[in-house]
Amino acid sequence: MAGTSFQGRDVISINDFSKEELLHVLSVAKKLESNPQPSLLKGKILASLFFEPSTRTRLSFASAMKRVGGDVIGFSQAETTSVKKGETLWDTIKMIEHYSDVIVIRHSVEGAARLSAEAASIPVINAGDGANQHPTQTLLDLYTILKEKGKLDNLTIGFLGDLKYGRTVHSLAIALSHFKTSIYFIAPEALRMPSYYIQELKKRKIPCRETSDLDSVAKQLDILYVTRIQEERFPDPLEYQKFKAGYRIDRSLLKISKPGIRIMHPLPRVGEIDPALDETPNAVYFRQAANGIPIRQAILALVLGKAK
Amino acid sequence: MTDRPPEYKISAIRDGTVIDHIPAERTFDVVDILNLRAHPDVISLGMNLKSKQLGKKGIVKIAGRELTKEEVDEIAVIAPKATINIIKDFSVIKKEPVALPEHFSNIIRCPNPNCITNKQKISTLFHVVGQEPLSAACHYCERVVEEKEIVLK
Repeated sequence: MAGTSFQGRDVISINDFSKEELLHVLSVAKKLESNPQPSLLKGKILASLFFEPSTRTRLSFASAMKRVGGDVIGFSQAETTSVKKGETLWDTIKMIEHYSDVIVIRHSVEGAARLSAEAASIPVINAGDGANQHPTQTLLDLYTILKEKGKLDNLTIGFLGDLKYGRTVHSLAIALSHFKTSIYFIAPEALRMPSYYIQELKKRKIPCRETSDLDSVAKQLDILYVTRIQEERFPDPLEYQKFKAGYRIDRSLLKISKPGIRIMHPLPRVGEIDPALDETPNAVYFRQAANGIPIRQAILALVLGKAK
Repeated sequence: MTDRPPEYKISAIRDGTVIDHIPAERTFDVVDILNLRAHPDVISLGMNLKSKQLGKKGIVKIAGRELTKEEVDEIAVIAPKATINIIKDFSVIKKEPVALPEHFSNIIRCPNPNCITNKQKISTLFHVVGQEPLSAACHYCERVVEEKEIVLK
């Protein structure tokens, strides 16, 4: 598709993207990374509305905007806003659209970003709505895979950890279904990938298998995408400790995996990955976080009509 | 002469609309969708009637009322196999199955308690993703609702 059709568009869900559109965003990100444009969004204002806490996403949007010459206004917690006084989300957005050129929103309620996009006449970018969507995370994950492996087709990808509640896993699996990939879902029984997604992937002819044993499939993986297992998902703290120990990866993984395996994680990690892996060329999670900058620059520039 | 068992009959109407082949448990949902509690003319209801197609079905006869397209679409969401019969002078002059719309607005509730439609006063909107059985995705939180989960708003 022509890049210009991104102008004025909202970025709410990865499901709204065609394969061509995904690839177009990645190619714009690549251009901006190799050829920085510090004045591209000069005079433009980003309203950064974080109704719940975030470190990486909030700071990387702000950094992305500033590195292309734009300004950022906003808040990082709802407590300091009129929401506390009972203002509806609709009213908040109707006001803020006059203060800025583009809105980034993170909210704990699912569907908050879509509603904001309906309220606003300027582009709205979803930076996470509850357990639902976080499309720029998915785009930076795809960008990372592309940069690390040089391709998105003919790869075998393993997802490890909390696959039941992990929105990054759900969105990335759906995005990968546009390409020729094979997927392993590696999780304890209680945290298996929801059957809805498995069915959807099978419908899209993506070979996917489920297992609880990483070692048995490690040899086949080009990418291992690790997610955090959250303590609050377990009613019994002992069960949590057991899972945590069983799904921690360390350097011993590299002895049984493909030499070129790349280990990704959306971060923050809380013990799933031994820091001793950080020094290996296989660990890419910090580079992955850094890739958020060119991806978010690309999205901002595209929806503001400053990139084609 | 032998006594025949009395047949279960719902009185005929002269002019109006008969909605047939409603899943039995959705009969009162049809009453609610059409706001029939406030209807001034005759209404006959049948519920748990034998049906080859549905096992048990409901039927609603409304005198002096024709349905709008929007109302028929709403009925399709909870009774996808229903038929709408238009009655003139005790005769069926038109009989049509309902057709599921591609999208439907503000008919059902989203079952996700953390969906924005359950947190703030806004209309729901669903996009049909599967038929027989019906499944539909919430426009806002993207949760897919199965037919058996459907609860009217």
